[in-house]
Amino acid sequence: MAAVQETIDRVKGIDVDQYRYGFETVIESEKAPKGLSEDTIRFISAKKNEPAWMLEWRLEAYRRWLTMTEPTWARVGYPKIDYQDLYYYAAPKPKKKVASLDEIDPEILKTYEKLGIPLREVELLEGVERPAAAAETDADGEAAAPRSKIAVDAVFDSVSVATTFKEELKKAGVIFMPISEALREHPDLVQKYLGTVVPTTDNYFATLNSAVFSDGSFVYVPSGVRCPMELSTYFRINERNTGQFERTLIIADKGAYVSYLEGCTAPQRDENQLHAAVVELVALDDAEIKYSTVQNWYPGNSEGVGGIYNFVTKRGDCRGANSKISWTQVETGSAITWKYPSCILRGDNSSGEFYSIAISNGFQQVDSGTKMIHLGKNTSSRIISKGIAAGKSQNTYRGLVSAHRKASGARNFTACDSLLIGDKCGAHTVPYIEAKNSSAVFEHEATTSKISEDVLFYCIQRGLSQEEAVGLVVNGFVKDVLQQLPMEFAVEAQKLISISLEGSVG
Amino acid sequence: MTALLEIKGLHAEIAGGRKIIQGLDLTVNKGEIHAIMGPNGAGKSTLSYVLAGKPGYEITAGEVYLNGEDLLAMEANERAAKGVFLAFQYPLEIPGVATLTFLRAAFNAQRKARGEEELSSPDLIKRVREIAKTLNIDAEMLKRPLNVGFSGGEKKRNETLQMALLQPSLCVLDETDSGLDIDALKVVANGVNALRSGERGMIVITHYQRLLDYIVPDIVHVFAAGRIVRTGGADLARELEATGYGQYQSEAA
Repeated sequence: MAAVQETIDRVKGIDVDQYRYGFETVIESEKAPKGLSEDTIRFISAKKNEPAWMLEWRLEAYRRWLTMTEPTWARVGYPKIDYQDLYYYAAPKPKKKVASLDEIDPEILKTYEKLGIPLREVELLEGVERPAAAAETDADGEAAAPRSKIAVDAVFDSVSVATTFKEELKKAGVIFMPISEALREHPDLVQKYLGTVVPTTDNYFATLNSAVFSDGSFVYVPSGVRCPMELSTYFRINERNTGQFERTLIIADKGAYVSYLEGCTAPQRDENQLHAAVVELVALDDAEIKYSTVQNWYPGNSEGVGGIYNFVTKRGDCRGANSKISWTQVETGSAITWKYPSCILRGDNSSGEFYSIAISNGFQQVDSGTKMIHLGKNTSSRIISKGIAAGKSQNTYRGLVSAHRKASGARNFTACDSLLIGDKCGAHTVPYIEAKNSSAVFEHEATTSKISEDVLFYCIQRGLSQEEAVGLVVNGFVKDVLQQLPMEFAVEAQKLISISLEGSVG
Repeated sequence: MTALLEIKGLHAEIAGGRKIIQGLDLTVNKGEIHAIMGPNGAGKSTLSYVLAGKPGYEITAGEVYLNGEDLLAMEANERAAKGVFLAFQYPLEIPGVATLTFLRAAFNAQRKARGEEELSSPDLIKRVREIAKTLNIDAEMLKRPLNVGFSGGEKKRNETLQMALLQPSLCVLDETDSGLDIDALKVVANGVNALRSGERGMIVITHYQRLLDYIVPDIVHVFAAGRIVRTGGADLARELEATGYGQYQSEAA
């Protein structure tokens, strides 16, 4: 595992807060006035030149939100958020209308460069083929796959700044663009699906998102098309006191396939920043959507000051027969994570998967898991969750598996493993299982273990440092899930895992 | 000539205060194999842990030098990079980490600590496979998670494989014969013997004569109550097999 070596090098380059994405980009930005009101929403909608129905949709959500109360059932604690003290819209001030990558503010491009995000198609085309790829073998002696092309949509604060490979995707009939653009170019398609998986009334944070979301990605893969490349979005919060509310909508029409990656970072700040996203996936008959996330928002410093509050609603609807939705997530960042990517298994024979690695260190609080709602006949779901708690963090898995009265032949397998590093952290597992159909077969396995001093000593005796030893053991612990990630992400995630755990022992 | 390993007046106790090693003197020169024999609880395994730098032991007196360098001042992983290798009595399992992955991580960590260049994966794999062949380790075993579900024999062969790959200057074998049937014992002993060299020293810790029929030592020590109570040649081991440790336990007490 050469990555372990590289990780150590990288870790050395990081200061005490261990967060390498903590820089801020100085660019002019255009903000909506602080606070939330119908005027703010009108401002956002007008900025985006949205159709009238969209503004109405937002206002309806806002009015609904005013009647709701913030949920408190999750095992997370934080001071009350003052929703009037936030900016709901911040866009990098455009110098002129952006037509191609060359016209984007070089400061922003530099930011993405620092993040290692392959925004420039040119670079990507020239720099991708690793020449030694054929000779290189991975740890298991298998040949490493050559790197594939990835189309990227980059969201900076609230606005999408660049989408790559548009032309090539267009040829395949795939629509991949900022949702604000899709609202103008494909309003019917957006209107048909938006809010059909996560309704505006769904929950406090999703409703807030519905009212104020400013951008995000839109993907439509037409019937029978296998999307020719991985699609990817990178989210970056830059502005101070800015909430980021992105909205992603992915539709795989009949027999279509798409794999989508999402990465997130934010600068280091003392105050907390709010992030409340909504992701909706729709899979029609025989379609498959694979959604992978590597979440690395700023987790706060070593005293627990600052960090992102991440309240996210992600849900996939297996609307058609034989459809499949698979969520894979690697969660290492955020001060608070509140996130339950779920599947509604509506179509007969549909299946849902949830693979998760949630790592908490320092004072991080994670309450994450999934919901598998079995509605159709002969539906199946699989949940593999690996929680790793270190430092003074609290790590909770919360999951619901339910079978509707008519969901005959529903099957679920759940395995929740928790690993504790040190003796000041906590791991909690809260599974809810509801089977209303007697033919349902639900299995649940759970383990909690501590990283053993003897195992660490064994590694150290062979020459590994303490950090390398922990990294190796943890990477072994999460291997089942890492294997689910696309190649490039798996390598990145592996490094990230080791970095997140730096300083967690000794 | 500087001794490979020099232990002078060593006293060590387990955290909590129980005295285990009480006045140990031992010199191992390059090329020598020393056997340390003795009854249960004599402190043999503790000696191996103290040399390797396992946390939880306190050195209350004495000095230890490896090639003239103060070993006790080094972290455990530095000692490994300097050539100290401990073959564990009970090798540990690491789920999800392929044996080959572990070997590569260890090998390159040591190289890096010594300021040497890391070995590329194909070269390393080639080297591992060559050694593995001599120990009857097949490619499939290298892919399995480290020691997980390994039989006793597989675990000890794997320890020997690691030792052969890492090429340490001081090998400490802690009860390598435990859990081995006679065929496995021969394979492991052959592997160890292949590592005998004028540049390397070994300490073989065991209860039984049996292992020493296959790994023939130059010098045999009887260890009781935390120190060496008698030293002799290979014949001493056979004598012990006949007489047992009883006399030394009363002597030490």
